[in-house]
Amino acid sequence: MTRRFNLYHFASPATFYPLAGALIPWFAAASVLFGLAGLYLGMLVAPTDFQQGEGYRIIFIHVPASWMSMFIYLVMAFWAAIGLAFNTRLSGMMTQALAPTGALMAFLSLWTGALWGKPMWGTWWVWDARLTSELILLFLYIGYMALVAAIDDPRRADKAGGLLLLVGVVNVPIIYFSVKWWNTLHQGSSVNLTKSSMAETMLWGMLLMAMCFWMYAIAVAFARVRTIMLERERHTDWVKAILAGGEK
Amino acid sequence: MLGVVTAVIARDLKLAMRRQADIVSALFFFIIVVSLFPLGIGPEPDLLRKLAPGVLWVAALLATMLSLPRLFADDHRDGTLEQLALSPHPLGLVVTGKVIAHWLVSGLPLTLIAPVLGIQFDLSTEALLVLTGAILLGTPALSGIGAIGAALTLGLRGGGVLLSLLVLPLYIPVLIFGAGAVDATVSGLGGEGHLSLLGAMTFASLGFAPWASAAALKIALE
Amino acid sequence: MLEADNLECVRGERRLFAGIGFKLGPGELLYLKGRNGAGKTSLLRMLIGLLPPEAGEIRWKGEPIKAAGEIFRADLCYLGHLNAIKEELTPLENLMVAARLADETLSEDDALDALEQVGLAGREDLACKYLSQGQKRRVALARLVQERRPLWVLDEPFVALDVAAVDWLAQLISAHLQRGGLAVMTTHQPVDIPAGTVRELGLS
Repeated sequence: MTRRFNLYHFASPATFYPLAGALIPWFAAASVLFGLAGLYLGMLVAPTDFQQGEGYRIIFIHVPASWMSMFIYLVMAFWAAIGLAFNTRLSGMMTQALAPTGALMAFLSLWTGALWGKPMWGTWWVWDARLTSELILLFLYIGYMALVAAIDDPRRADKAGGLLLLVGVVNVPIIYFSVKWWNTLHQGSSVNLTKSSMAETMLWGMLLMAMCFWMYAIAVAFARVRTIMLERERHTDWVKAILAGGEK
Repeated sequence: MLGVVTAVIARDLKLAMRRQADIVSALFFFIIVVSLFPLGIGPEPDLLRKLAPGVLWVAALLATMLSLPRLFADDHRDGTLEQLALSPHPLGLVVTGKVIAHWLVSGLPLTLIAPVLGIQFDLSTEALLVLTGAILLGTPALSGIGAIGAALTLGLRGGGVLLSLLVLPLYIPVLIFGAGAVDATVSGLGGEGHLSLLGAMTFASLGFAPWASAAALKIALE
Repeated sequence: MLEADNLECVRGERRLFAGIGFKLGPGELLYLKGRNGAGKTSLLRMLIGLLPPEAGEIRWKGEPIKAAGEIFRADLCYLGHLNAIKEELTPLENLMVAARLADETLSEDDALDALEQVGLAGREDLACKYLSQGQKRRVALARLVQERRPLWVLDEPFVALDVAAVDWLAQLISAHLQRGGLAVMTTHQPVDIPAGTVRELGLS
């Protein structure tokens, strides 16, 4: 039996639900493997920095978390655009499933940035352009989640949240450049977090950790989207069948 | 095409004139917040001069936030928003009219009172001029971006607080360049660059924000 | 000519109705009937284009209303359960402002005449916040007096009106239909409207 590949087929919650369920263990396993490899490179193989000692190793968490926090926002905006353009149910569920992970990454980036800043600059917080932009990104995530949580009707929540994401994604570059400009104006020169020419092992370590976070984000988002699907579609036949037949 | 914009402006201004207390209280909020800062940090003129641009701008953002929740809420409650959405004009034009009217009753009074408050902070004449110009150029962007937040939070529980949460991060560029213009003037660098960027942001947000707000209003009216 | 095909409405998690369709021509009146919560108001909001249907299509003069957009709205007059009048403005100002926003020409004399017809003579210059609920409703209804747009969509227009006002409004709608207009309305009260064709649509 052959069936033509059809995107709309997978965009329907009833088919996406089991697919996501089957994929979660794979992404989780990939996340663990990438994480172990990345931590091994970062913690054991990468050389000790002659200026910063061992403390710099927190960048193996900090930098990938910052990357992911920005990347996830873009992915959410992408889903939002799809959702508003084609009125698909899955897109809104995906953006809502991704938001907490994005916020977590932004928070992780800020937290590890502070931990790193204390030994490096002697202070927990500097108004560095990147840290400030990351903080604003966290505000944007929180705003999105608060808006979606305040709307009872899930369709309206999807649409309003999607619109906010699109407005946000237009503004993010403007905010970033204005903060950068503000920073150079007030500090003379910006403190550059990744100025040292990076050893190749360090780059690999960060890339592996980024892959680890990426796989983690997908696994967690799939798990969350499955819960959202069950909740929203609890009156449909396919959910009733799943609930009646036990967990699949 | 432009007829509807002027019709909406005329209507909203007439309504605002019948409810002057709202305009006056937002204005006094601005004045009080700005006046609280010297009481909190002490009266040294050097310190005040340095803080003035930031204080005035943050207070202007907050005063704008105060009037935003009612931008669409009143029309929503009495059903006139539906009629506006059903008028034979693009909703974006109707919102443009409402944004301009909002600026005339909230941003313009702030602009007019700002130089007086600047004197309290011992700003030079030149700095006062740039401050007034910056607020004049920047506040329309606040009304425009704010309209998106007001439309998105229309009719929601805790709408006012939620509105600040959504809109204040988006105000950051305006704050940076608005306060930066005065800073640059005070430090002798010249604020023209900041002012022109501020103007560009206002221009862009007045073109873009009403249509985003219109889309948000349609979602809220469903 | 207003046509609806196979309309479906989902609010929250409930499907209110599905497979609703009708055709309405000039001079015809459509009554929407059904118990509370059956989706009468939702159907009206679909017909005026505020609520996108879950499935199905609505056409005005053969064109889907979404595509027709402003052309459709220029032919539409909607009276909701909210009065859509501003409390701060006087009845006269409300009529003039509403007409201007709807792109209609309304002279002040016509507006005063309309207010007189709804029994508000002498109150034209009093801010609406000082009027009673019934009087506010009459201000809203006064809009219909000079209304010449072909499609009227009315949500419970007879609610809270006394017998004389009900008769007056029935005459007004009847005159609209005789001019070749169309009307869709929901109502709980059986009101006799002298019109060529009265159709009924029941929502269960």
